Amino acid sequence: MSRYLARRILGAIPLLLGIATLVFFVLAIAPGDPATYLIQPGMTAEVVARIRSNFGLDQPLLLRYVKWLGAMLTGDFGYSFSFGRPVLDVIRTFLPNTLLLSGCALVLSFVGGVVLGALQAARQYSKTDSVLSVVLLFFYSMPSFWLALMLMLVFSVFARSVWHWPFWLPVSGMTSMDYASLGLGGRILDRAWHLVLPTVSLTLVLTAGIARFMRSSMLEVVRQDYIRTARAKGLPERTVVFKHALRNALIPVITLAGLYIPLLFGGTVFIEYVFSWPGMGKAIVDAIVARDYPLVMATSFLFAAMVVVGNLLADVLYAVVDPRIRHG
Amino acid sequence: MADETIGRRTPILERLLSAVAPGLPQLLAGRWGGGLAALSVWVWFLWLVLTRPGRVVAASAGTGEQRIAVATVVAGLVVAWAWSWRDLQARAAGASAGFGGWRATLDSFSRNRSARLGLLVVLLLGLVALVAPLLAPFDPLRPGELLTERMVGPSAVHLMGTDQSARDVLSRLLYGARISLGIGVLAVGIAVTLGTLLGAVAGYVGGWVDVATMRLVDMVIAFPRLVLLITVVALFQSSVVLIVVVLGLTLWPSTARIVRAEVLGVREREFVQAARALGYSRRRIILRHVVPNVLAPVIVAATLGIGDTIVLEAGLSFLGQGIQPPTPSWGTMVADGRNNLLGAWWLSTFPGFAIVITVLSFNLVGDGLRDALDPRHRP
Repeated sequence: MSRYLARRILGAIPLLLGIATLVFFVLAIAPGDPATYLIQPGMTAEVVARIRSNFGLDQPLLLRYVKWLGAMLTGDFGYSFSFGRPVLDVIRTFLPNTLLLSGCALVLSFVGGVVLGALQAARQYSKTDSVLSVVLLFFYSMPSFWLALMLMLVFSVFARSVWHWPFWLPVSGMTSMDYASLGLGGRILDRAWHLVLPTVSLTLVLTAGIARFMRSSMLEVVRQDYIRTARAKGLPERTVVFKHALRNALIPVITLAGLYIPLLFGGTVFIEYVFSWPGMGKAIVDAIVARDYPLVMATSFLFAAMVVVGNLLADVLYAVVDPRIRHG
Repeated sequence: MADETIGRRTPILERLLSAVAPGLPQLLAGRWGGGLAALSVWVWFLWLVLTRPGRVVAASAGTGEQRIAVATVVAGLVVAWAWSWRDLQARAAGASAGFGGWRATLDSFSRNRSARLGLLVVLLLGLVALVAPLLAPFDPLRPGELLTERMVGPSAVHLMGTDQSARDVLSRLLYGARISLGIGVLAVGIAVTLGTLLGAVAGYVGGWVDVATMRLVDMVIAFPRLVLLITVVALFQSSVVLIVVVLGLTLWPSTARIVRAEVLGVREREFVQAARALGYSRRRIILRHVVPNVLAPVIVAATLGIGDTIVLEAGLSFLGQGIQPPTPSWGTMVADGRNNLLGAWWLSTFPGFAIVITVLSFNLVGDGLRDALDPRHRP
């Protein structure tokens, strides 16, 4: 096991280096550079040259690459222009918000997806199965930003201003205007109230994919010989489904969980954008539009690194639960 | 009475029926797929020509896209008619269409009702995109009367209402189909071609070529795609071609992975060994012997990929980083309605529905193909 682990971790290092290189050169060959953010029309050529040399932009590309890589390795992610703060500071501000939103949505959608998928597979070809299939495929095919807008349309805009429901949900942000004047209980409630719509939007989109995956995983297991054996020896159907089938069907879901780990870090650009949620996804998009290169480079690299780590974690967990993998 | 005559299968009556309404005899004989497709194309295009003859004549001498629309209508009518006629002839002669090894797949696919529905919708959407210039009730680009027609709700004149510039939403939606479908199909086409070739070469040749290609695949897959897309589009001048190319260049790795895995399974099979023994070049073996035998999962992935790509393009446009106004694109249209949810709910709602229906149809077809191509799923 430890040999397997060591081999996988060693294999991830060149991959991360490769990704860092890719990030650097994609942004380096793009027209315009960080200095353009500070250069105003009317500046003399001399001032422009000084700004560029301050950033080290007058140095050859390869030298800049080596320096950047060295700084990254020592944990120095540079300085964000658009926020006027170190990149790490910016990430520290936005990461908790994203963790809150993505964390809630991931937990809900994995529970929901596994339950729905298992239910479908246990009753394959039944009415429940086909209705759920259609509904889930519908949500699966839906762009998350549109679902978010439609939920917002119904539960915030129309509920409040047209239908005058007694209960409606806020359109954007994490807190109300009067947040500062609320007591502790009020603050928690206010945050939860703002969390509902973004979480529900994200959960609906994610659940559909997870349930589809879970259904086919479960159907795969139900066909196995040991399930037939369990049935043949007269175990009740409930025991067969929940004890023998479900446990084995959950193994591939680990891989899926690994794929979703980056979401915890990167957030979902669209949901955060629609609800003006101050998280990583929104920060990345804003940074790209503002050409805030240091922030883009750092966040892209960290995001890609999370993908690698997520895959690694999934493989290792898989090997833990399935001995065939580590010995095979 | 008509039922009786059909029941007796009088060829001449069927022929007559097929001449007037192609597809109807097949439909009455219980063959839904082809019959419904032929009949709906026939009725729809005939209706188009008969309700707006002036526009069709004007369009046939108009711009490129208008001519394409007219050509599509003519071709659709001819194909529907000819198919129905030839199909009847073939049935009368007792011949069934030969599809070789694909017969079982085709049978399985056509037994799947939702997959058939998905295919029908996909084909209809494709035709809508092509004939949009004839179909759209208004000009999608020219603003209407700003004082009286701005953000008017759905009505008999404007079925889906009008937008901030008093343009007809339905017309923009119809034109938007070309952007969504066009970009989806072209980008996936690039990605699948590139992915298949690289995956096949990596899998067949092996060695350091394999290692290098697959490490590149790992890197591109790990790279946040949306960030790459927004970066490239934000930094260069955004255009349809750029978006297609960038989408295509970011989507190939998953195809390459699938193809490589399949090729590893095929590489040592007898027919490939035979080809090697005959002294064929690597290039020929890969292209003629290996690739055709690994295409099944690629087709499934490509169909499902078109749906994903359409959502991705819509998202890019929604963020204002994709298709630039005034070109109608579904993503941009949803974004336009974002600030007017209260005053004009129809602005965001309808284009979003269009995306869902389109993507849903592609997913239905993809699921159907996957089940049909996988023998384990055949009932």
